[in-house]
Amino acid sequence: MTITELTSLPLFGGCLVLLLGRNRAVARALALLLGLCSLGNALWIWHGFNPALPGFQYEVWRTWAPSLGIVYHVGVDGLGVLMLVLSAMVVLMSLAASWNNEKHSRLYLALVLFLEGGLFGTFTALNFVHWFIFWELSLIPAFFLVRLWGGPNRNRASTQFFLYTMVGSIALLLAFLALYLATGTFDFVDLARLAQHGDIAREVAQNIHWGVSGDTTGMILFWAAFLGFAVKTPVVPFHTWLPATYAEAPSETTMLLTGAMSKMGIYGFLRILLPIFPREMQHALTPLLWLAVATIVLPAFAAWVQKDLKRTFAYSSVNHLGYCILGVCVAAKFTGADASLAAEKSAALTGVMLQIFSHALTAAALFWFLTLLERRAASRGIDDFGGLRKVIPVFSGLMGIAIFASLGLPGLNGFPGEFLIFKGAFPLVPWATAISVLGLLMTAVFLLTVIQKVFSGPVNPRWQALPDLTLAERWAFVPVIALMFAIGLYPQIITGMIHGTVMQWIAGVGL
Amino acid sequence: MTPIASQVAAPTAWILRYLWLIPVLPILAAGFSALLPKAQRRLSATLAIGSMSGSLLLAIWALVHTIAEPAVQFVNFPWFQFGAQWVALGWLLDPLAAVMLVMVTFVGLLIFIYSLGYMAHDDNFTRFFCFLSLFAGAMLGVIIANSLLLLFMCWEVVGLTSYLLIGFWFHRPAAAAAAKKAFIVTRVGDLGLLLGMVWLYAQSGTLLFYNSGAGCLEHTAVAAMGAHLTAAGMAVSTGIGLLIFCGAVGKSGQVPLHVWLPDAMEGPTPVSALIHAATMVAAGVYLMARVYPLLDHTTLAVIAWVGAITAFFAACIAVAQNDIKRILAYSTVSQLGYMMLGLGVGGVAVGMFHLITHAFFKSLLFLGAGSVIHGCSEEQDIRNMGGLRRFMPITFVTYAAAMLALCGFPLFAGFWSKDAILERAHLWGLSLGPYYLGALGALLTAFYMTRQMYYVFFGPQRAPEAAAKPSDSPRPPEQCVIVHPHESPSVMTVPLVLLAVFAVFLGFVGTPAWPWFQSFLSAQPLTFNVHAFLEPGLIPLMLYSSLLVFAGLLLGWWFYGRKAIVRATDPDALGRRIPLVFHALAHRLYVDEIYGVTVIALTRFVSAFSAFLDRFIFGGVVNLVSWFVTGLGWFDSGVDRFVVNGGFDLGCREVNFGGRLIASLQNGRVQNYLRVIAGALVVFAALLLWGHRG
Repeated sequence: MTITELTSLPLFGGCLVLLLGRNRAVARALALLLGLCSLGNALWIWHGFNPALPGFQYEVWRTWAPSLGIVYHVGVDGLGVLMLVLSAMVVLMSLAASWNNEKHSRLYLALVLFLEGGLFGTFTALNFVHWFIFWELSLIPAFFLVRLWGGPNRNRASTQFFLYTMVGSIALLLAFLALYLATGTFDFVDLARLAQHGDIAREVAQNIHWGVSGDTTGMILFWAAFLGFAVKTPVVPFHTWLPATYAEAPSETTMLLTGAMSKMGIYGFLRILLPIFPREMQHALTPLLWLAVATIVLPAFAAWVQKDLKRTFAYSSVNHLGYCILGVCVAAKFTGADASLAAEKSAALTGVMLQIFSHALTAAALFWFLTLLERRAASRGIDDFGGLRKVIPVFSGLMGIAIFASLGLPGLNGFPGEFLIFKGAFPLVPWATAISVLGLLMTAVFLLTVIQKVFSGPVNPRWQALPDLTLAERWAFVPVIALMFAIGLYPQIITGMIHGTVMQWIAGVGL
Repeated sequence: MTPIASQVAAPTAWILRYLWLIPVLPILAAGFSALLPKAQRRLSATLAIGSMSGSLLLAIWALVHTIAEPAVQFVNFPWFQFGAQWVALGWLLDPLAAVMLVMVTFVGLLIFIYSLGYMAHDDNFTRFFCFLSLFAGAMLGVIIANSLLLLFMCWEVVGLTSYLLIGFWFHRPAAAAAAKKAFIVTRVGDLGLLLGMVWLYAQSGTLLFYNSGAGCLEHTAVAAMGAHLTAAGMAVSTGIGLLIFCGAVGKSGQVPLHVWLPDAMEGPTPVSALIHAATMVAAGVYLMARVYPLLDHTTLAVIAWVGAITAFFAACIAVAQNDIKRILAYSTVSQLGYMMLGLGVGGVAVGMFHLITHAFFKSLLFLGAGSVIHGCSEEQDIRNMGGLRRFMPITFVTYAAAMLALCGFPLFAGFWSKDAILERAHLWGLSLGPYYLGALGALLTAFYMTRQMYYVFFGPQRAPEAAAKPSDSPRPPEQCVIVHPHESPSVMTVPLVLLAVFAVFLGFVGTPAWPWFQSFLSAQPLTFNVHAFLEPGLIPLMLYSSLLVFAGLLLGWWFYGRKAIVRATDPDALGRRIPLVFHALAHRLYVDEIYGVTVIALTRFVSAFSAFLDRFIFGGVVNLVSWFVTGLGWFDSGVDRFVVNGGFDLGCREVNFGGRLIASLQNGRVQNYLRVIAGALVVFAALLLWGHRG
């Protein structure tokens, strides 16, 4: 199994679904099979990955357009392998959620598979040019998924989603073109090595003449690259596309958007911003910290006053990714001057990766539950329900578990990551951390409000006959819920894969 | 990385190596019972009671082991790694933990058995025992945790089960709201605890309490934290201690986070007895006792004052309540205040002694109240009861024993433990304020309990039939059978009798003459010494507090016992005397209302403001940009149409082009965007290259 094969399978598989999937039963079976195979492939790579070795594994290096510095360079480290499994898992969950949705034709399923290919490509590429191609490639299927299968305001939402993300991408692209002109390389590994020795700043100062100092040029490039990831993640205040898009997208697509695509932004922070712009990040630390705190706190408050369940959970998603941004800032703050703080940096970085994975799992599960609820009740207003625990106890119980996982209850997957981020953040940035706990409080407030309004209270007579989960649906949730408990009780299954990468980042070698 | 020491390697006692079974047995029972279908009632209850019995036997074994070997013993193990470091967890066994283990498993088992009767007709019987077992497991986990992290994790799960059980009758809006309130208010405190925990982790490099000298409660770490000052000039250990205390304030219902506990009475009565009287609410006191080595004078003074204020404040409110369970709830808050006071002024043993005695007599009171409620067709308003001693003699006698123990009637259990607290408060060097608050609280305690006794058990029976309004009942109407008051079945009364024995006699393990409990907890040799009573000031102090108790009882009789209360609608005897004060107390001093117009209103405002920011500021800027670009498109097409338009053919083409341009800006065809973007890119790239050359 090579990475190239891994990435190609869903891309070609998508075409196959288009060709053979005239009959929906065939199309969905084929798509699910491909999703399963992709997950199998990702797990195979996970299995073969040796966390004790430094650097990248499964590496491939082929010259492509040498005159332009374009090289086909792929490989995975602990972060990459984690992202592969995560993407495959979320895509499979989304395909499973689409199983009974008659509207989701073969085109829908093919687009999901294309998206999976884009994700795999993004998380394995180590050269900017084809990384960027995959980065954009994953956006196009997502756009069509929202545009063609979304809710009543899908046009506006999808256009805003696409254009907004595109603006960020262009800023990112221009930043990298400038870096290429300065350094002559598009390779992430090379760039990180240069940045390590302060060579990028020198090259930029020597080779780019924009009428400002070299440092300022560096900062401009950093902020341009930052914009790309800030929109994608998103970071407040670049997040306004998100609630509308998450709410208008079909819930199965929202699972992909929140589960996998939002992680591309955090991935960019870890793979690109931290290694390539370390000095600039330290310069910009104060505004970055405030943005991180705003991303944690404001959406948590806003979520409480939403009337649409999907918007509530959309804001919740922004809030959860805010902890990742906080962790990234903490990692940027550590300069290596005080060795005793190295443990805090590794806690923060490990926490960020745990949080990425666990949020993907929880958010995808929550939107899966919303998919099923919406399909049964054709309604998703927070005030429309009441007493569902009495009518559909199994659904309520399982979704309750997912909600408490999202709330960060110890024993479930949300807790270890958040704990590690806070553990790393408090000694390095105490005040930002202290304000951020407000986010934890508000998360409890709005999630319990959801439980209170939707599941408790007297039964709303409208839903007296709502059917509970079918046997197949129950079995589909078994692995998801089991994984929540597994990560919560024994996070070593994740941290054991990434500790080598974290140590390498702390030591400051390579990426 | 500090090495993770454990004492497993040496041939240690079986009970130490397998101590984890004590919490895990009930948790396994809960997990298994969660998968059972609703109809498997007997199996679910058997699992819960069986696992609890197993835990009780192990806990007794652990206690016996600890008596022989009182030093702290622990077993640590690595949990997961981050980078090169490992997060370690572990469990420990010392006298403090052993005493708590026995108390929780014993009281828990009795309450489980009692619930068989109390919940017999409930639809969700199976779930009830599942949640109860999960609670017991998590609570036992809190007790044996040798790591603040593990303690915190179990602590949160305890909070979850409390949430689930308060909201057990979830179809009632009041229960659902009370459950949410309990979780959120305690979480406010827990966030302080979380910050204290990560701070402690950063300072001492470990969250293990004991680790062969490298733990955070051991000398090296404590000394370092006491010497290290924060920017504000406060010792780091003070900051950490106060933050950890926040968690205890939330969990143990101390002022100002006490508001959730009275509302928690919406849960079934066995839950109130087990979780909201005997065990979980005392976990805050246990937490402070556990981290006691970390606490310095400042922190202890804060704890003592908060405890004293809570003890007095809640006792005042209890005077004017009419719901039998709410009176007991405020009483619990007040007694938890005494425990904190004892811990603050007198150390671990003083606070813990009251915790243990209180667990027995307060759970007995709640179970008695449950028996009363059960026997009166779900009636909870004491004004609608009366004369019940004739119908439920066993309940009456046991209730009276527990009531006297709570009041601190001489020789009953509460007398010894409360007296120890007041004695130490009197000796406290910093201020006599807490002592006076505590003493006044003792008077009020005797008063409100007497009031309750007279309302419930004495006088004529008041309106039993009319009182049984199914609509007010916490259970679904079909489960409410209106019957005349009657004694409860023996599955409920036997636990009452057993608990009553402890409520009367348990105090004798900690008298000044024979302080077995205190010396056991502090690992000091025990001597029997009658002359301890002759210590200067001790006897007068005991006399004072006994006089206060008698005064309280007498006042209660004066107001409520002298003339029998005849009708349920009669105004309260005390309320007639001091209407304004009584009214304010009956409304719980408006604390909930004050929070409603301050904290909650502020939160609502911030939420609305945050949503406004999103829609009109952050989103507004984006919209502005998009209008600007669209405007440019219109302008461009206008120029094409009216200015550039030279000839008809050309005009046609231009109009066509302009329209398409606008369309391309509006209809969202991706290829057009890509085209524009690609064009822009080429231009930018060219500019960059050009700039580079230049």
